[in-house]
Amino acid sequence: MIPAEFNYARVSTLDEALTLLAQNEDAKILAGGHSLIPAMKFRLIQPPLLVDIGRIKDLSYIREEGGQIRVGAMTTHYQIEASDLLKEICPLLPECAGSIGDMQVRNKGTIGGSLAHSDPAGDWPAAILALNAELVAVSKNGERTIKAEDFFVDLLTTALEPGEILREIRINKPNGRTGHAYMKMHHPASGFAVVGIAANLSFNGNNKCKAANIGVTGVAAKAYRATGVESALTGVNLDDASIGAAAAHATDGADANGDLFASADYRRHLAEVYTKRAIAAAMKSVPSA
Amino acid sequence: MTKYVGQRVKRTEDPRLIKGLAHYVDDIGLPGTLHVAFVRSMYAHAKINGIDTTEAFKAPGVVAVYSGKDIATKVGPVPCAAALPDLKVPDYRVLATNKALFVGHPIAAIVATDKYAARDAVDLIFVDYEELPAVVDVEAAANGGTIIHESFGDNVAYKLTSGEGDIDAAMKAADKIVSQKMVHQRLAPIAMEPRGVLARYFPGEEELTVWSSTQIPHLLRTQLALMIGIPENKLRVITPEVGGGFGSKLNVYAEEALLGWISIQLGKPVKWIESRRENVQATIHGRAQVGTVEVGVKNDGAITGLRYNVVADLGAYHQLLTPAIPTLTGLMLSGAYKIPAIQMNVTGVFTNKMSTDAYRGAGRPEATYVVERVMDVIARELNLDPIEVRRKNFPKADEFPFHTATGLDYDSGDYDGALNKALDLSGYQSLREEQKKARDNGKLIGIGVSSYVEICALGPSQAMPAGGWESATVRIEPTGKVTVLTGASPHGQGQETSFAQIAADELGVDLNDVTVIHGDTGIVQYGIGTFGSRATAVGGTAVLIAIQKLKEKASKIAAHMMQCEASSLSFEDGCYTKKEAAAASVTGKSEPVVPVGEGPAGALNDVPTPTNGRHKLTIQEIALAAHVAKEIPPDTEPGLSATYFFEPKNFTFPFGTHVCVVEIDKETGETKIVKYVAVDDCGKVINPLLVDGQVHGGIVQAIGQALYEEVVYDEQGQLVTGELMDYALPKASQMPWFETDRTETPSPVNPLGVKGVGEAGTIGATPAVVNAVVDALSAYGVTHIDMPIRPEKIWKLIR
Repeated sequence: MIPAEFNYARVSTLDEALTLLAQNEDAKILAGGHSLIPAMKFRLIQPPLLVDIGRIKDLSYIREEGGQIRVGAMTTHYQIEASDLLKEICPLLPECAGSIGDMQVRNKGTIGGSLAHSDPAGDWPAAILALNAELVAVSKNGERTIKAEDFFVDLLTTALEPGEILREIRINKPNGRTGHAYMKMHHPASGFAVVGIAANLSFNGNNKCKAANIGVTGVAAKAYRATGVESALTGVNLDDASIGAAAAHATDGADANGDLFASADYRRHLAEVYTKRAIAAAMKSVPSA
Repeated sequence: MTKYVGQRVKRTEDPRLIKGLAHYVDDIGLPGTLHVAFVRSMYAHAKINGIDTTEAFKAPGVVAVYSGKDIATKVGPVPCAAALPDLKVPDYRVLATNKALFVGHPIAAIVATDKYAARDAVDLIFVDYEELPAVVDVEAAANGGTIIHESFGDNVAYKLTSGEGDIDAAMKAADKIVSQKMVHQRLAPIAMEPRGVLARYFPGEEELTVWSSTQIPHLLRTQLALMIGIPENKLRVITPEVGGGFGSKLNVYAEEALLGWISIQLGKPVKWIESRRENVQATIHGRAQVGTVEVGVKNDGAITGLRYNVVADLGAYHQLLTPAIPTLTGLMLSGAYKIPAIQMNVTGVFTNKMSTDAYRGAGRPEATYVVERVMDVIARELNLDPIEVRRKNFPKADEFPFHTATGLDYDSGDYDGALNKALDLSGYQSLREEQKKARDNGKLIGIGVSSYVEICALGPSQAMPAGGWESATVRIEPTGKVTVLTGASPHGQGQETSFAQIAADELGVDLNDVTVIHGDTGIVQYGIGTFGSRATAVGGTAVLIAIQKLKEKASKIAAHMMQCEASSLSFEDGCYTKKEAAAASVTGKSEPVVPVGEGPAGALNDVPTPTNGRHKLTIQEIALAAHVAKEIPPDTEPGLSATYFFEPKNFTFPFGTHVCVVEIDKETGETKIVKYVAVDDCGKVINPLLVDGQVHGGIVQAIGQALYEEVVYDEQGQLVTGELMDYALPKASQMPWFETDRTETPSPVNPLGVKGVGEAGTIGATPAVVNAVVDALSAYGVTHIDMPIRPEKIWKLIR
């Protein structure tokens, strides 16, 4: 379990990092290292250069700004899990963070690293999709924002261009009557999501669903929004029957993975069950008026 | 006399382990050490047409490269100590020569100045493979197809029938024959510390020292001496801290011999530390049996006979005990029951996989699973309560020693007692009522029971491949400190603590005055090792008897010093006292004594002379006198030490009952253990804390087998579960709370009355969990599910 030889640069500014990335097309950014280092140890990847961005100031923060929640890319899972601010204004993020790996992983792994890695069974993509987040990428050419639904392109592939670094995650502060939940079946060995469903629902005065965002991870090559479920929920009074009917669309159009632990059939079934449960839990989480 | 024995004494090993101050093989650094990396087969079955090492030789830091052909005639084969009639034993070279027979089979060894250079050079060795069809399915392999070892003509390593009684008559006498096929899936032991070897050869002294993470330092020394061709008295094996073994280090591995041999070639220290991937590929696996059990039963549940036809997946080669492990299954097929006739027909089969061998329980978990699983199947078939079927067939407490139709004599037991206690503790009756209510509410609750017996204290030498005794030397140093040298080689079990408890009580000294030393063949007399739940029952007894021998001598010296007959001395709290003096002390005339535990001050001029007139001497004072040797009887050797080799007359047979309650998620098939109760009887208990720890760990591994773990090779023989991202080792967060209790039935086999508990959990718990799951699904007509019970299996059965 020894990686191939690589160069290592620890930078102190984002600009330095961007310069190195621009000069070295195959360089990899080292954030928390919890996906990158194992892959290197198995020699699945052999990057010639690691650019360690762990010492750059101001990439690790959680703040409210302009009606948005802004989370720095280097914020650890644990910092999100433990954030009182997020527990109050966007509890889906701490809930999702708490389900990642184990304490050691949560102490080192970062939200930005996880998103940029885009593991098909990673937890964050589901939550980010359900929250309609925007991801801020920065390069030598400046900054751009990418919508969450455009960010996940394929297996381990994101919309980030070579030379770009994911800098920040922005989420519009939920308002009105909203409810969230993240429900996940843990793989017994890896702890990754066999399926993970993030639900973000908003309601009218009654139990009528005004809008629904459902993020699905673990099922296919990349995380996706279950648009079939969302439209089946929107404008509908939610009860067991309507939730069940909507959840049946959880894997519409998705090419489900099969593996030793869960066949494609079973995974589709799990996605449906966990979607149902996530929606029910999200409803329960709505503060009583 | 039992100030320590029976007490929850905290492990004296723990502070160094917790603080990270312990020394494992990889923590030992020698100047100039070279590092070894292995090229391992990427195919399960392939002809090796050539190995091109040119590029690797040129790589920076590479010192030497060895392939199979270089050393085929120089290092002896990996040994197999199992002796079975007509056993086929393949020639297991330390590096593959003509064919690679499993994924991970070592093909070449690279030696370099650091471990990084060694690893990099692995990618520069080009092996010309010619892939052959892989033999993966063990049942198919038994019946023909591709042959792994061509000269044998087939893949069957041996066939063996064992058992006593007229099985055919027993089956005829039955009202009903109940039968069930069961798979005992292949498991990986996964010790927390992988294997590791450091070898250092001194060319001048012609001495080789091998540090290895092993459970058997002395047996390893003997075998390595034979493999490498170095005199055994020029070879020292040191086992530093060992981070778990579970049987996987009860072996002699190719890498251990290779490192020793390479060090001799190069005259330098060489080190290899196994990676986790290598650990899953090339450290022995366990279990891997597929069998069908048939049981003849009377309508009242009485068993007339049991037959088990089984195919054992041995892997490509025999490691130390590979073929013998399934025979242990045959020994334990009587379980906790009176079964008049038992027969096991086992076929050991070669496959293109890593060898199977002893993994915690080693053959007994399979037997217990077969018996305890089928007891539930019988109960279902006869519409009887599973508890009653068990009770019906238990021997009574007054029937011990109890002879089984597998040829064993169970030493002592009270199976009803343990069962009753477990039922009380779990509230079995009310659990059944709750289960009914839950079912009415649409919930799937299952209750599983397992009443196991296992075989420990391995064992009488007649029944073992290479000695079943254990040794101890006990020495009291001039300063009064007690040194215990044990031939057992604990690797996490805590015998440094429990043996010190035995010694401190027997000598009447402070626990902190006792040091237990093990795992160094240069210091410790020959021993057998730690496995088969034997260390305390056999090794602990050796310590006890060595102390008794030592005390005989001490009392002679004491009598001489106090000028009296040895018979007029009493020994208590570490002091020899003249009996009349003891009486006098009651009236307040006794003299001050050096407090126990502090010992004499150490300087030789503090020898307590003259002793004329003294009526009381501590054993630690006597030790000093024995070393100074001015005041010992003329016919007595100086010094105060004794060595004893204890040969047990029988095995011991611990037992117990476990109760498991599960709840199954009807929609997803997920199993949750909601209650777990274990009542174990391991005879007398030296340290309840250690026993609890062993039981907890054992149950965790048993739950791992029942629900999570499986080594999976695909149809090409590729290892699918090659790392811990896929191989589902159980985690603390997945475990329920364990309620544990004990009954205590002393063993008559050894004077300590102990039986052993290292493997009990792994043996007793697996069927309890599976029985609970099957019980939960009984409404769906489910009578059996093979392990590991992944949620998808349940979903498929009930959707």
